[in-house]
Amino acid sequence: MNSLLKILKDFPAYLWSGWGAIASILLFIAFWDAGNQIYGDLVLPSPLETFKTLMSMLQDESVITEIKVTLYRASMGFGISLLFGSALGLIAGFFATASMMSRPIVTILVGMPPIAWIVLAMIWFGMGDETVIFTVVVASFPIIFVGALQGTRTLDGDLKEMADSFGLPWHMKFFDVYFPHIFSYVFPAWVSGLGMAWKIVIMAELLATSDGMGASLAVARSQLDTPTALALVVIMIGSLMFIEYIILEPIKREVELWRS
Amino acid sequence: MEKLEVKGLHHHFGFTEILRDISFTLDKGEVLSIVGPSGGGKTTLLHLCADLLDVEEGSVTNSFASSSYAFQEDRLLPWKNVIDNIALGLLAKGDKKSVAIEKSQEIALKFGLEEEDFEKFPKDLSGGMKQRVSFARALVVKPSLLFLDEPFSALDIGLKKELQAILIEMISKKEISVLFITHDLMEAIRLSDEILLLKADPGHIVKKFQYDLPQDKRDDKYVYGESAKILQDDEIIDTFELELR
Ligand SMILES: Nc1ncnc2c1ncn2[C@@H]1O[C@H](COP(=O)(O)OP(=O)(O)O)[C@@H](O)[C@H]1O
Ligand SMILES: [Mg+2]
Repeated sequence: MNSLLKILKDFPAYLWSGWGAIASILLFIAFWDAGNQIYGDLVLPSPLETFKTLMSMLQDESVITEIKVTLYRASMGFGISLLFGSALGLIAGFFATASMMSRPIVTILVGMPPIAWIVLAMIWFGMGDETVIFTVVVASFPIIFVGALQGTRTLDGDLKEMADSFGLPWHMKFFDVYFPHIFSYVFPAWVSGLGMAWKIVIMAELLATSDGMGASLAVARSQLDTPTALALVVIMIGSLMFIEYIILEPIKREVELWRS
Repeated sequence: MEKLEVKGLHHHFGFTEILRDISFTLDKGEVLSIVGPSGGGKTTLLHLCADLLDVEEGSVTNSFASSSYAFQEDRLLPWKNVIDNIALGLLAKGDKKSVAIEKSQEIALKFGLEEEDFEKFPKDLSGGMKQRVSFARALVVKPSLLFLDEPFSALDIGLKKELQAILIEMISKKEISVLFITHDLMEAIRLSDEILLLKADPGHIVKKFQYDLPQDKRDDKYVYGESAKILQDDEIIDTFELELR
């Protein structure tokens, strides 16, 4: 509760520190506009046109529906990874054998290209929600699993002993000794898992479904509708940046204040 | 009567014998020091006495009402600030948060920490400051028996004297009993009623020294004199030979 207040209190100062980021985004848009003047509207529509398309799309009921479909798939997939990845990772971290045995499995999961998973999932589940959600889970699960596993594996035995010497009751041991350490590993893993989920959901939709933002992107490509394609990309990147910089980063700063 | 009684204690790590046949008794209000070279098993012995390690052979009977432990390393929680670290033991005992914070701030000031340090995390403290916080955390719970594992080793000489003075005051009022571990003979002579000399490989007690003068009456001259006397002892020379070389 206290730390939530602190996050809110520090928020304006954090925003203020974002001026540099805004300047670099503006610079990027300037280059984009220059590219438009060189290559023409078909290859690279101007930022102005893109944002106009974006505005009209956001007022379009059917586009909102597509975004919701994508959001649903991404959050289902990410939610499953978050739940099972964290839980299984934490448990595996407590047992040396389990962590050893899980390593090759994680290597396979991480090493296999997502596109291969999509193909397999299309064969197994057909074209639809399951294929997309499955691919998202497969891509983000190992990241979260490894984070959680590291969290419990690296628990400090000396601190445990100290907690025992002061006779800490179990709830204090959990909240004051174990949780902050584990969380400092699990939380960054959640953040990268989320970024991964958001990228993979678009890719899987583009290849395996007829609805969602990924599918809209495929349609825009086939119709050579570059402004719409770019507007979709802006939505994807914009939402990721919003989550990353406005929601997660302030929490991360607060949580990791004690780290050197 | 509260006391700590150790009888015929042996300990192994794997196939290495660490401690052999250790016996002693610590009565209420007494300070017992165990002196010996590094790696001699002192920390292991203290862990066994404080029930942080399972006794394999022999017995440890502790009838003190309460105890706390100051570790050789600071062992602070890196995600808690100075005051919250000190308050840990108080909260574990069930003190209210506000009371615990107040007591912790009081003892922090007494131990030479500044108000501006209270909110700092361990990463922003010097080694000596961390050691002070750790020592304060052990003392703030007012334990009846205190386990001390070389808590002064990282401190500069001035602060060492200050903290020793605080301890000596508590000892003189018979508020506390201490099982004290050190490799510093002078420190042991300044603080102890009895010194046990622990020789390494495996750790066993070779000699005992008694000091009857009350701690608050011992001045530098006394400590230097006794140190000089003890340094002529053959067992002492033999035990510390490893370190002198
Ligand atoms: N948990 C452990 N497992 C195996 N060996 C240990 C362990 N703890 C200490 N030792 C060994 O026991 C010996 C005594 O260590 P310790 O009790 O820390 O000595 P001291 O505190 O006198 O320096 C050392 O040789 C050390 O390497
Ligand atoms: Mg030691």
